[in-house]
Amino acid sequence: MGPHHAKLRRRRVGAAVALVLAISLMLAPSALANFFTPKSGGSPNANAIDSLYKLILYVAAFVFVVVEGALFYSVYKFRAKKGAAAAQIHGNTRLEIGWTVAAGVILVVLTVITFVKLPSIIDPPNSSSNGLVLSASLTAPTPPNGKKLTICIQGRQFIWRYAYGNGCQDNAFSLKLPYSYQEMVVPANTTVVLVIQSIDVIHSWWVPSLGGKVDAVPGYTTYTWFKAPHAGALYHGQCAQLCGREHYAMTALVKVVTPAQYTEWLQQQSSAITAANAQVTQLRQILTANGNL
Amino acid sequence: MSTTDYAVRPAPQAVRPVPQVIAHEVIKPRQTKRWLDWILTTDHKRIGIMYLVTTFVFFMLGGVEALLMRSQLAVPNNSLVTAEHYNELLTLHGTTMIFLFVVPVMAGFGNYFVPLMIGARDMAFPRLNALSYWLLLLGGIVFYATLFYHPPEAGWWSYPPLSSIQFSPSGGQDAWIFLIHLTGISSLLGAINFYATIVNMRAPGMSWGRLPLFVWTVLVYAILLIIALPVVAAAVTMLLTDRHFGTHFFDPTSHGSPVLWQHLFWFFGHPEVYIMILPGFGIISEVIPVFSRKPIFGYKAIAAATVAIAFLATLVWAHHMFVSPVPIVVLGFFMLSSFLIGIPTGVKIFNWIATLWRGSIVMSTALYFAVGFIAVFTIGGITGIFLATFPVDWQLNDTYFVVAHFHYVLMGGAVFSIFAGIYYWYPKITGRLMNETVGKASFWLMFIGFNMAFFVQHALGLSGMPRRIYTYQPGLGWSTYNLISTIGSFIFALGILVTIYNVARSLKVGALAGPDPWKGNTLEWFTTSPPPVNNFDAIPRVRSVEPMRDIRRQIERQTGVTQKTGGSEQFARV
Repeated sequence: MGPHHAKLRRRRVGAAVALVLAISLMLAPSALANFFTPKSGGSPNANAIDSLYKLILYVAAFVFVVVEGALFYSVYKFRAKKGAAAAQIHGNTRLEIGWTVAAGVILVVLTVITFVKLPSIIDPPNSSSNGLVLSASLTAPTPPNGKKLTICIQGRQFIWRYAYGNGCQDNAFSLKLPYSYQEMVVPANTTVVLVIQSIDVIHSWWVPSLGGKVDAVPGYTTYTWFKAPHAGALYHGQCAQLCGREHYAMTALVKVVTPAQYTEWLQQQSSAITAANAQVTQLRQILTANGNL
Repeated sequence: MSTTDYAVRPAPQAVRPVPQVIAHEVIKPRQTKRWLDWILTTDHKRIGIMYLVTTFVFFMLGGVEALLMRSQLAVPNNSLVTAEHYNELLTLHGTTMIFLFVVPVMAGFGNYFVPLMIGARDMAFPRLNALSYWLLLLGGIVFYATLFYHPPEAGWWSYPPLSSIQFSPSGGQDAWIFLIHLTGISSLLGAINFYATIVNMRAPGMSWGRLPLFVWTVLVYAILLIIALPVVAAAVTMLLTDRHFGTHFFDPTSHGSPVLWQHLFWFFGHPEVYIMILPGFGIISEVIPVFSRKPIFGYKAIAAATVAIAFLATLVWAHHMFVSPVPIVVLGFFMLSSFLIGIPTGVKIFNWIATLWRGSIVMSTALYFAVGFIAVFTIGGITGIFLATFPVDWQLNDTYFVVAHFHYVLMGGAVFSIFAGIYYWYPKITGRLMNETVGKASFWLMFIGFNMAFFVQHALGLSGMPRRIYTYQPGLGWSTYNLISTIGSFIFALGILVTIYNVARSLKVGALAGPDPWKGNTLEWFTTSPPPVNNFDAIPRVRSVEPMRDIRRQIERQTGVTQKTGGSEQFARV
């Protein structure tokens, strides 16, 4: 096989690769925004993670282009040819120290950027003036003015349960706090602190647009927060830790409404729960009276 | 064949043994049944072959499981398999690939080539070596026997409480524990054997500064196994007693802690990653200089980087736990240690590229795989930086981004290096060359299929798809990526089948290789292909990292014929 054939074949392979790439890109017009960056836009912490991710992405893209470029250039340029001899180089101490230090410097820069960004990811801001009116309480994490809406999340096979209001992690039942399953309703522009627990296996709370995920580990309480600016938005999330056969079905929805709608919804939910409880109590009395319970 | 005449007498064949080295069978093959010879053997080469064949069978099984999962995920709301079977498949796939394929396949290469490369006649403890192999096989059988009753379904991490008796009552979980013990003892004995062999049985003159880089990586692989395996052995024993004997190590309802399991498991689990990839680095460090016709660039730096990676590998485990209940200070520490490990890894990549630089590169299939390895492993390394940054990991952990990352590292990294090793060493093991054209076709199928299957998975993770889900709803922006990924996985599988065909067919029709078809640098090329039971009649004195190159030069001086480098003329084609 002559060099001409080899070149032709190389070109053909190149064309095939380009074609595959082009088809892949054409097939993927949906959500191209999320091709290179994580979801964001639902909460300041998700946005902060997104911007930190992008900074790393720029550095990564640079490293990628340099390394892959050098690799493919060497393979292309230094193929065995008639008369060409390989340079018998054993190493170059200065060069080697140079790239070790360069790699170190890049990582120091990334570390600094991360710790600079970190507070905006882990510390919740105050609720906006157009958010829900709140009183202060004293559990972590807390915005500077101490005012937050606490929602307790309980993971269980295979659904999320939410109890609304301060004190939910201690005595949700005696306080008769309203609760809901799977779909969480939250007021817009309000700092919502989530208190996350599990009653059976490990689950992981994750709504990508509202920030990072947090494991719900039985025996532990974990926390996160979000502050959703857009009333009317509906965010999709899903349990991220394998929790059993119906792990795939353990989804979560977060519905953002105006503070007024939220208050109204809470009352509706409370009265619906009270009504259902009354019904069950009545049924229990009847069953007990008939000797069926 | 125009130039290289090392032999004193004219060679009659198209492919001449270069240089002509003599090694003979000193033990006559026993006249027993052939299969019995294989079972009773303590020859490191036969054990190595058994390791390689067995692990490839498990690789096929793990691959079929992967293809079943990819087929299930090809379209939304699919029900090709049930949710229960899907969880079993993901557990089988992960466990198989790690414990029954990548770790032991490296032991297979190590078994065959470490004694040859250091000029030894066998491993230090041949019978222990055989025991290692049989324990591995037994582990695999115990594990796969669960197919006939109830495979485990808690994933290869088997996080309690999901893996506790309450949530995983079947015996499949106990079989998983048993597998960890059996393959663990197998690897531990193998590791002690490698360590003893490399420390004590090197050829005269082979100081630590002249040890082939593959042997360096196997040495470090052995040390890491000795450090990491006892920890997972303890952890699974605790899980076993939790399940059956009333202890509560991991039971939160009795003040046990599920997080304790995570620490113990990942203290083993992260060194395990380097256990899997370091010997792959070693293979690449052998293949690239041979086919660049250049010495390895920065031998000491690569050997030092191997040791540095091993040291740091024991200090990064909690980066698997960034979303677990762990204090921020701890997260910061493990982010920094994970960043640090990127430095020696980067140094290796730079050194390999510098070895190619100004070389006279022979484009063999082994080199294709080695270059493909660097190309994809670099991507895996870069995405690792994203995951090491813990606030970013809060978005990416447990998503398909992570799946993409570790497949770039382990499939793109370990598997491509294993294939480079197969194409590089096949002539030594069988005495025949593989078909290069078929090999390159296999490479391109694997390279394109691999990137198609896994690159889009980064996007899947970024758009919110968690890993280990059985199916998903349409309209989430995941369907197209999943379909592309599934098609890619089948192309990749086809590429692997092409190599298997090549391996099988070349056994019969491959051109005779002779002792040194590639102009190798290390001592395995000094003996015949395949080597006799005793490996070497005479062991040469080693004067550099590249003893074979020295021997070739010496022959040139004696015969007065100069050696030309940089030609591929010595490649015989079928």
